[in-house]
Amino acid sequence: MTEISATQTSSNQPIKTSEIDPKFKYELVALSGSEKILRCFQCGTCTSDCPIARYSDSYRPRTLIHMATLGLKDRVLKSDTLWLCVACFTCTDRCPQDIEVASVIRVFRNLAVESGCIPQVFKDQIGSVLESGYAYKIPELRIKKRESQGLPPLPKGDAENVRKVLKGIKIVESIQNLKGEATNANRQ
Amino acid sequence: MPTDNKYLFFLGCAIPYRVSSYEVSSRKILAKLGVELVELPEFNCCGLPLDPVSHEAMLVLAAKNLALAEQQDLNILTLCPGCAGTLKKVNKILKEDSQLKQQVNEHLKEAKLEFKGTTETKHLLQFLKEEIGVDKIKAAVTKPLTGLKVAEHNGCHVLRPKQYIGFDDPEDPQTLKMLIEATGATCLDYVDETECCGAPSVGISDKVALSLARDKLNHIKDVQAQALITICPFCHIMYDTNELRIEKLFNEVYGIPVLHYPQLLGLALGLKPEELAFSDLRVNPSRLIEQVTETLNTQ
Repeated sequence: MTEISATQTSSNQPIKTSEIDPKFKYELVALSGSEKILRCFQCGTCTSDCPIARYSDSYRPRTLIHMATLGLKDRVLKSDTLWLCVACFTCTDRCPQDIEVASVIRVFRNLAVESGCIPQVFKDQIGSVLESGYAYKIPELRIKKRESQGLPPLPKGDAENVRKVLKGIKIVESIQNLKGEATNANRQ
Repeated sequence: MPTDNKYLFFLGCAIPYRVSSYEVSSRKILAKLGVELVELPEFNCCGLPLDPVSHEAMLVLAAKNLALAEQQDLNILTLCPGCAGTLKKVNKILKEDSQLKQQVNEHLKEAKLEFKGTTETKHLLQFLKEEIGVDKIKAAVTKPLTGLKVAEHNGCHVLRPKQYIGFDDPEDPQTLKMLIEATGATCLDYVDETECCGAPSVGISDKVALSLARDKLNHIKDVQAQALITICPFCHIMYDTNELRIEKLFNEVYGIPVLHYPQLLGLALGLKPEELAFSDLRVNPSRLIEQVTETLNTQ
């Protein structure tokens, strides 16, 4: 069972001025999804209504937003708890300042991925989409079962065109290259 | 805007991967209700799973699917709230932002496709309410499930975020309840009804995910619901596939069958459990089926 550590150690340490990137908040304002982050007045509606925050000792959307606006870029992007959000959008719907909180978390994730932090499960899904067009590898058994259940054949995944249209998206290409290298290494 | 009474059936990935009973039962009830589905010859993942990694990749994949549907001049019907939410959201975003649309279309050009924004997507729930109508469904019921008491679980992406989805009230959703009541069954209220099932955090923290589902099952057990009704493949996996696991992990006993809404409606439309893939369910539904059959025999 994969587990996220119960406490977020880095955020428990005193803040050093050298950690602060005062421009981080403007970087976020310029990105689609986190444009309105500076509107946050730390009311805590997002955290108190978050189903994950109820069950996790570490995932707190309000804290992540506060850390980001303070300029604690590394702490936010390296935080394991970023990946706990289930994207239920309750926070987005209830934010009194109309911040798309779940989208802000998504922006954090995208930036974390760019800086090299990506959970395996997401790597696998991208690999599968690039290979087959589907987010999961559909087992042969399932495809046979479709027939016995009277279901039409599985639509084609159109993977070739998927690879074509995703061309130029750096992060996807780098994951694809990594995968290619691994496959080549296996062959050798 | 396509007006034909035909709909493009967007299957998605999760249903063929793990939850074919949802597809089997949905196709059966849609056929009973006279809906003509057009099969997609090809499609790709809606894009949602890529959003955490690259928002741009998500937009491109979703737009690619929408462009394929536009070529056929048909609206999309999908069973998966994740797919429905993504396709709806991206359609709206790109229609409102011409610069972003142009940027995405640059990518689609590589596959000789173009997103225009002429197709609408509906999830099964919205489709049944708006395209068929609760009254018509009620009228089609031949075996009302009188006496059966169930609970519902909506699935977040059918309702949220409301500014993109624009369907029902996410804080007090009524559609699934009305559709359940249309079968003759009673839909019970319970605590935290609109709360997420936790499925997306499986694989990140199983303990958090299963804790969410356990509390929901506890609330459902408290009101003595005889079954839980879902309309999402992920929620179904969370409650049905994982129910035994949750029982073991937290030392609980539920035995609450988890039915796809089309399975419940199918029974009320006179279809047999074996036609509705009841045998695929992990939590044994035989007691429930016995009760339904007895009620029907005494009617």
